[in-house]
Amino acid sequence: MRFASAMAVAALALAAAGCERKPAAPGPSPARAPTPSATAEAAGDSILIGHVASLTGDQATYGVSSDNGIKLAIAELNAKGGVKGRRLALRTYDDEGIPEKAAAAATRLAVHDQVAVLLGEVASSRSLAMAAIADGTGVPMISTASTHPRVTRDRGRTRPYVFRVCFVDPFQGAVMAKFAREHLRLAKVAVLRDVGNDYSVGLADFFVARFEELGGTIVSDQGFKAGDRDFQVQLTAIASTRPQMIYVPAYYADVALIGRQARELGIGVPLAGGDGWDSDRLFEIARGALDGSYFTDHYTHENPAPLVQRFVQRYREAYGAVPDAAAALGYDAARVAADAMSRAPDLSGPALREAIGKTKDFPGVTGRISLDASHDAVKPAVVIGIERNVGRYLTTVEP
Amino acid sequence: MTEFFQHLVNGVSVGTIYALIALGYTMVYGVLKLINFAHGDVYMVGAFSGYYLGTVGGGGQPSFIRAAYITLGAMIVCGLLGYVIERFAYRPLRDQARLTSLITAIGVSFLLEYGFQLTPWFREPVPFPPGPSPRFFPTLLDFGPAPSLEFLGVTVPKIDALGLVLALALMLLLQHIVYRTRFGTAMRAVSFDPQVAGLMGIPVNRIISMTFVLGSALAAAAGIINASSRPKIEPLFGLMSGLKAFVAAVLGGIGNVPGAMAGGLLLGVTEEYVAGYTSSSYRDAIAFAVLILVLLLRPEGLFGRATVEKV
Repeated sequence: MRFASAMAVAALALAAAGCERKPAAPGPSPARAPTPSATAEAAGDSILIGHVASLTGDQATYGVSSDNGIKLAIAELNAKGGVKGRRLALRTYDDEGIPEKAAAAATRLAVHDQVAVLLGEVASSRSLAMAAIADGTGVPMISTASTHPRVTRDRGRTRPYVFRVCFVDPFQGAVMAKFAREHLRLAKVAVLRDVGNDYSVGLADFFVARFEELGGTIVSDQGFKAGDRDFQVQLTAIASTRPQMIYVPAYYADVALIGRQARELGIGVPLAGGDGWDSDRLFEIARGALDGSYFTDHYTHENPAPLVQRFVQRYREAYGAVPDAAAALGYDAARVAADAMSRAPDLSGPALREAIGKTKDFPGVTGRISLDASHDAVKPAVVIGIERNVGRYLTTVEP
Repeated sequence: MTEFFQHLVNGVSVGTIYALIALGYTMVYGVLKLINFAHGDVYMVGAFSGYYLGTVGGGGQPSFIRAAYITLGAMIVCGLLGYVIERFAYRPLRDQARLTSLITAIGVSFLLEYGFQLTPWFREPVPFPPGPSPRFFPTLLDFGPAPSLEFLGVTVPKIDALGLVLALALMLLLQHIVYRTRFGTAMRAVSFDPQVAGLMGIPVNRIISMTFVLGSALAAAAGIINASSRPKIEPLFGLMSGLKAFVAAVLGGIGNVPGAMAGGLLLGVTEEYVAGYTSSSYRDAIAFAVLILVLLLRPEGLFGRATVEKV
């Protein structure tokens, strides 16, 4: 439903964009002319990068973190002389965590600001809204942290202009299923998912499929809707089936409230989830309610590799915080984009898209990034355990 | 069986919130025949008033005194807001067609919802308006390591139990005001016929203002009770609760004070059982299914009296 409406808005936005373009544009060929636009040239000779992020709203920390990560990457690249002798400039628009607004922001960046590349979004439902615009306008888009398979795939076909620097949910769901079944030796797990969210529904499905394949049982599968604040009814129904763990593939604010209400209802079993949990706010709101729980993530700041530690240190100096996964992926996405720009013969959409698709063994802070034929990064996932209200690295699972 | 009673406990704790909000709808409808659609947003403002009172100056240690101060403070703020809304949005339109006031009510609702989502005008001592990002309500009471009571396997969070006690006390107080005081008598007279009540020397304008103040203060109390156990608040969270409380008011018989209380509790419990025993995705649909059923089968509500509209 939400996806459908996002697509409708995207279609409208595209139609509007179509009107803005020169009416003489011949035929249905992709929008962007092969030569870099005059406005970009005039704007002080810098290369403009667009970023769509949830700087406010329910998932504000994702947008703020990924924007910080991208800014850091761009500052570092500019300090080294930029790309092709030109400086990089960033333009970020806030989408408030609403897919329709993400679509509008992407259209504005692609059509009005004529950016060379679009970065974002973190949440899959918003990246899905942007993907159609990237394809329609022919501006390459690199999603930072959207793990839903449909972000880069549209009805069985890979979207030509959409890429991502993170792993996908079939893998992420399988990692937690395997961890629960083989490492924790659990047999009965309940699921609580956000039924209005593409990411949550997708991840829950992949987890359930893999967990049952490994011989486990899903004893209860409950749903809630974004904006819900009361989860007692679902938790009570779940508790009556006596699960050994509750899988909650949702975003941090909801997860923290669910954790607290579960403890208030006397449910002591661990909760588990995916990369949507990764935010400092999770611990701030949960206040210990999630101790003993686990989640899968893209990277850990505890990784001793020099590349990661240098990034963590610089990020700390710049923003006074430990970078979370959204920040690390934003940093990587910007650097992958810059790397492709330096390899591409020119900065037109098709040339840049070609270069991004050829990214191979790029040393990212979230692991080596190689984009496969379906435009996804094949990377390991880490499992984080929560102890005394702090996330601790447990193990790495290779694809 | 434990599950059955656990659902009952949860349902009652949600239902008291609906009941407290529904009282405001029903009282205003009683005196003005107006559905005040901004009422759900007054509830939201109540929670935010508590948030601001609790965080300004760095907050403080959780204690009963602090909780009482914040609850009363939020009730006063919302009481004033209710007065202002009535005075400037509804009173000038009182002689117009009823539809005009209804549309104005929706306008006031949007004003509060979207006004609160604007980027803050100032950040010190607290950012206001709060903007669209959710805020987390301060802890008013700290129950230490055991936040819940347990009877025979049924868990009752202490904060919910306390909320229930406060809500029931407020409802009893309201019942007393409406049926045992001069103001209540005047209010019932205005609800019966404002023109005749005016001729009898009842200050109709003042009674209507007081009704808004009372209803809004109750909504603020509901906001505080709800936010202290489910601490995520954002400018749109009053929307759904407001609509459901409206359904509760209709279910109990709009304009009827005990009806609103019963309607709220009944709706909360129904919602909980249907969501708990069928699918939790139906949860929000239930309230509206109830509304349709009530309108089809018993439009006057459970406690209401059928009246014939004279044309």
